[in-house]
Amino acid sequence: MSEAVTALGGASSAGPVAQVEERTIQGMVTLRGTLSELAPAVEAVTGCAMSGTRGIEHAGDAAVGWMSPDELLLLVPYAQTGEIVAALEEKLAGVHHLAVDVSDARASFRLEGPGAREVLARLCPVDLSPAAFGPGDLRRTRLAQVPAAFWIDEAGAFTLVCFRSVARYAFDCLAEAASGEAVGFLA
Amino acid sequence: MSKRLEQGGRLIDRAKPLGFVFDSNRLEGYAGDTLASALLGAGTTLVNRSYKYHRPRGIVASGAEEPNALVGLGQGARFEPDQRATTTELFDGLTAMPQNAWPSLGFDAMAVNGWMSAFMPAGFYYKTFLWPRAFWKHVYEPVIRSAAASGRPPQEPDADRYEHFHAFVDVLILGGGIAGLQAALTAGQSGARVLLLEQTPHWGGRAPVDGYEIDGKPAERWIAETLATLEAMENVTLRTRTMGAGVFDHGYALGYERVSDHMPGDGAIRHRLWKIRAKQIVTATGAIERPLSFAGNDVPGVMLASAMRDYVVNYGVAPGEKVVVVTNNDDAYRTVLALIDAGLEVPIVVDARDRNDGPLAREAMRRGVAVECGAAIMKVKGKKRVEGVMLCRANGTGGAGAPVKCDAVAMSGGWSPVVHLWSHCGGKLTWSDENAHFYPDPSRAPTGADGKPFVTTAGAASGAMGTGSVLTDAASNAAEACGAAGYAVTASAAQAVDAEEVPMKPVWVMPEQALPELRAKMFLDFQNDVKVADIQLAAKEGYESVELTKRYTTLGMANDQGKLSNINGLAILADSLNAEIPQVGTTTFRPPYQPISFGSIAGEARGATFQPLRRTPMHEWHERNGAYWEPVGHWRRPYCYPKQGESHDEAVAREVLATRNSLGLLDASTLGKIIVKGPDAGRFVDMLYTNKMSTLKPGKCRYGLMCNENGFLSDDGVVARIDAETFLCHTTSGGADRIHGWMEDWLQCEWWDWKVYVANVTEQSGQIAVVGPNARRLLEKLGGMDVSKEALPFMGWAEGELDGIKARIYRISFSGELSYEIAVPAGEAMALWSKLLSAGREWSITPYGTEALHIMRAEKGFIMIGDETDGTVIPQDLGLGWAISKKKDDYLGKRAQERTHMVSPDRWKLVGLETLDGSVLPDGAYAVGEGNNANGQRNTVGRVTSTYLSPTLGKGIAMGLVHHGPDRMGEVLRFVATDESVVEARIVSPVFFDPEGEKQDV
Repeated sequence: MSEAVTALGGASSAGPVAQVEERTIQGMVTLRGTLSELAPAVEAVTGCAMSGTRGIEHAGDAAVGWMSPDELLLLVPYAQTGEIVAALEEKLAGVHHLAVDVSDARASFRLEGPGAREVLARLCPVDLSPAAFGPGDLRRTRLAQVPAAFWIDEAGAFTLVCFRSVARYAFDCLAEAASGEAVGFLA
Repeated sequence: MSKRLEQGGRLIDRAKPLGFVFDSNRLEGYAGDTLASALLGAGTTLVNRSYKYHRPRGIVASGAEEPNALVGLGQGARFEPDQRATTTELFDGLTAMPQNAWPSLGFDAMAVNGWMSAFMPAGFYYKTFLWPRAFWKHVYEPVIRSAAASGRPPQEPDADRYEHFHAFVDVLILGGGIAGLQAALTAGQSGARVLLLEQTPHWGGRAPVDGYEIDGKPAERWIAETLATLEAMENVTLRTRTMGAGVFDHGYALGYERVSDHMPGDGAIRHRLWKIRAKQIVTATGAIERPLSFAGNDVPGVMLASAMRDYVVNYGVAPGEKVVVVTNNDDAYRTVLALIDAGLEVPIVVDARDRNDGPLAREAMRRGVAVECGAAIMKVKGKKRVEGVMLCRANGTGGAGAPVKCDAVAMSGGWSPVVHLWSHCGGKLTWSDENAHFYPDPSRAPTGADGKPFVTTAGAASGAMGTGSVLTDAASNAAEACGAAGYAVTASAAQAVDAEEVPMKPVWVMPEQALPELRAKMFLDFQNDVKVADIQLAAKEGYESVELTKRYTTLGMANDQGKLSNINGLAILADSLNAEIPQVGTTTFRPPYQPISFGSIAGEARGATFQPLRRTPMHEWHERNGAYWEPVGHWRRPYCYPKQGESHDEAVAREVLATRNSLGLLDASTLGKIIVKGPDAGRFVDMLYTNKMSTLKPGKCRYGLMCNENGFLSDDGVVARIDAETFLCHTTSGGADRIHGWMEDWLQCEWWDWKVYVANVTEQSGQIAVVGPNARRLLEKLGGMDVSKEALPFMGWAEGELDGIKARIYRISFSGELSYEIAVPAGEAMALWSKLLSAGREWSITPYGTEALHIMRAEKGFIMIGDETDGTVIPQDLGLGWAISKKKDDYLGKRAQERTHMVSPDRWKLVGLETLDGSVLPDGAYAVGEGNNANGQRNTVGRVTSTYLSPTLGKGIAMGLVHHGPDRMGEVLRFVATDESVVEARIVSPVFFDPEGEKQDV
């Protein structure tokens, strides 16, 4: 039985209009290949349709995020990551691809509250207006000085992932940005 | 003497007095004041000393263009130098200090410079201090620096917080005067996402002060109604106290919001830097009035005419009680009327034009003001404040003058559009003879990636000078910008008429034929003490380019970047060169429009988040156990773990000996780990590494070297073959991201048809090295995997579960000891670390740091990237020929390594070095040879690349690169330390310990 721990042990911080907390460990698989060739295997293994450019598709507790023209991020239950990679390998036999478990290489955060969009707008060069970014969208970008990716759910809560080694830095940046009042630019 | 009027002041609240301190005087102003209006209201006209001559200076302007009134604002952790009094909102308890005065503002010891001004001409720094040469550093520079002391740097860390904010809009409008408001109204109606920024706390700009009518109502009412309309538009965001600081390529712009400067310490962030991406940018930045160049135009009490009516109308402050107005245009008559309305005296209007029968002049005369046409101010009387002026003919030499008593002078030399933001990204200008100013040329706008304009101007910033023209221009240009952003709208401007005005007349020197002694007192650039005579001298000395003249004379330099002085200065230059003004052109306008705080630029990048710190899964354990840190890339690695009372050297020695004799433990998680997979993976790694990697069998490891295309050694590490198509490449800790990028570069740009994917999985695993003669016993004790010599031989790897944790174990050694590197999921690495520590207690398991690692590898003669390499070293220099395949057709760096210089027998090569006395060689020391080189420097024959005290051998050991080194075994070299002492060392084999490698292969 795995007893994997997250980088920050579930740290959290609440500001006046937004809260941030480290999520529990998330199963993640980096899958590279020609996306159209990967689609059937991805759908069979995760139940998710192939996501479009800069998008994310959810199905149950799995999701497929578009990371680049030849890279996907699969979100799966942590305990199943090994089986998922093995299943992908099997279904993709003969297809040039790379599937690798990166669950432990990442940290992930939940950011919510009416000011959540403006928290990210302080740190990421992304148009976070509801018209430009909503459920089904994913951005692979930078958070202050580190790489990060995030998406949003129907309730307006963000999930953000970054590298594990900079989890503390990302959390500190998010918590600091969330400590301010509303800027008043994004609804 | 300036004073607060009994009535008036549309921006101040007389019910809310505020106390403040200037130059240790306790003064009082009102809520709504700027520091400048409060100072004038309190009767303070002398606010600073000039930079070069330390002449007394007063407030000249009322906004961002102010050159003189710079103060040191605040105290301690909230002190900031060079703050402009005219843009500083007054708050209760504000403290400000003048900057250029010593020992005091009233008596300045450096004012002696003023008497010497004849000896400090243009370019005098260059001329005077060339000789004697040594005097520059020790005499001239220190004296000049202290004489020219402007703002002092803060002494304490900034107490405030700052942030960035990324905003994306269709149309960004910079400037919230009537043009900006009209532009926003038009853009708002188009449905575009609009952001309107205004640098001051107030909307509407000059219009309320100037008293225009818009849509048949006073400007102030139109502004309030327009604001209400804009605020109701969901697609429009309005922001005061936010300056458009810069316009950059691709519609990127910076907004500088002073969130809480007017209420410091209330807990809010201080400044917010808006990083804005706009499809279209409209600059509605207005215009700035120009001073006139007459002798003594810098005496406190001489002020821009428009600024003077700002102080009267906005703040109920009279800059003087008896004001002479001097002008070359009709706008200054509005100041005359404002002064009369406020009950102040205007003894005379000095109008440089030959005649003026326009409505504004007639109105002034109707009110009993004497208007003298064809006249000029010959000079201003008074030193620390205006005491009167001497008048003369406008076209004369200023030989004989008639005195007029007054205590202030309002001057107007015409208006220049604020073209800065238009020009930042390449917008070009055209000269207007009618208004004697440069204005934006819409046919040469800044262009975006599509080659189409992305910046347009609105109102006075376009060169439109009348109210009606301003509004029409703003509406039509905003509509055009909206159209370009994809939002069609019909331009419909508010109604207003252009006031009837008599044409202005360019006046660059007053009087026109002024004698040299007058020209030497006509200040162009108040902040830098540049006079008309200085520009004329520079022109005489051959300075024809306006950019060079700027540097030579300092015209338009520093904090205000010549907002008042540039046009006047280049007109003088053009005149001196007998050229037209547009031929001379302007200097380059660069962002920011006004200085912005360092804090706002840094944003969140300070304190704990100054830079990302990368932490391994065991970071906190290291911290708790007293690790002394070493930065490695963005990682922190323990250098050693000193115990109570132990020096770092002692800790390192203990860690080395414990590992060599029994059992050591190293956090190797930072090691780069990159997966390379695909049918062409073998071919790819054969190109990346100098040796043949494709022949590596699954389950095996091999050490490899990577070179760049110039042949120089770039990185090294152990490669493990995972399966037929998959390699795991270990890189150095600092090199992982660079090598990952290097691989992607080759795969994406050069070998795009090779079937290979790579992934950087450095952080997926925590990696722990278990090292020492008892390493195997420890792993056997934990159990779960067969780690015997037979099952897991040297340079092999195996997968399994080690005491319940999924692990991959590599039998590799960087210490020369029996060694296992165990990779486990990062989330379980700390658990494994703890298990190893407690199970290893019976062998006195000892965590060791990077210095022990370095020493043990040096004892074995293993190279370290960054020590033995410095970007100029090839593997052949390091005796690593065995790791370079002779069979391969190619690898990155191969061709380069065949060049003559690379195969020269004269290249310095790696050897071991042992001092004769057992001491430790100084790091980086050079071995000296015979004679001197062409530069008269001692010839060198080698240098130290790594040097340590070996606890194992009890003496100093070193590696170095030496000319013909390997052929000179046993020779003694002389190394010179930085204190010039000489240390003798013998050339030996670089492998000091266990040369047969028996210990690691057991």
